[in-house]
Amino acid sequence: MANTIRIRAKVTDGITEVKALITHPMDNGLAKDKKTGKLIPAHFIKEVVCKWKDKPVMTAYWSGAVSRNPYIAFKFKGASKGDKVELSWSDNKGESDSKTATIG
Amino acid sequence: MIDTKRRVVLKGSLAVGAIGAAAAGFGLLTPGMAFADWSKAAFTAKTVDAGLKDLLGTSSHEASDKVKVTAPEIAENGAVVPVTVQADMDGVESISIIAPNNPTPVIASFDMGPGGIGFASTRIKMAKTGKVIAVAKVGDKLYSGSKEVKVTIGGCGG
Repeated sequence: MANTIRIRAKVTDGITEVKALITHPMDNGLAKDKKTGKLIPAHFIKEVVCKWKDKPVMTAYWSGAVSRNPYIAFKFKGASKGDKVELSWSDNKGESDSKTATIG
Repeated sequence: MIDTKRRVVLKGSLAVGAIGAAAAGFGLLTPGMAFADWSKAAFTAKTVDAGLKDLLGTSSHEASDKVKVTAPEIAENGAVVPVTVQADMDGVESISIIAPNNPTPVIASFDMGPGGIGFASTRIKMAKTGKVIAVAKVGDKLYSGSKEVKVTIGGCGG
């Protein structure tokens, strides 16, 4: 599960906007496999945490109803250009990934 | 001889695996202390009221024009419906996105840190035509905004 996150952070007038794309199937456990007719087991991201200076600035909790390859955007105050933000996710199977970006 | 070595290697890897799992467990628990945990009850609740109560402690929310939901009028594909929520108020603690017509209405919740701003954007799946409700938590109060989205093809299963 390497390199599942694409992240960009930009500060304008003291407000940092973070945008990220995560590669993940986000199976909600309700859809059937078209070939076998069997249910595809649930496999989705439950938690996304974004940290700035080791403090969480945003924590998202998701169900399987967030679309495949999720997009997330949010804003926070306080950071300045050159600071680093770290975004990480973990799913219901215990898989996880994280990536750090520099605020531009 | 070869067989015994193989056993030893297996045992070794098992031990490492156990330690790794324990460490991962702690890693997951620590951030959970500062914030609420992923609520299984909320995300599997079948009604909006039950879901909100489990997620935010109460289901009573007040409609406010300060909570704006941006989503398409018509979503051709229910599997990908872009939703942006803007809550123009101070001290927004969290924003939750709910689709009442989905089998489990509570879709996502975004907890803001101390410097958080009432803004969240993501893409959701919608089973059928209906409202998308956004609920912003400010202090003990919940404010909501909504938007009707027409779904041509449902995106919750096959």
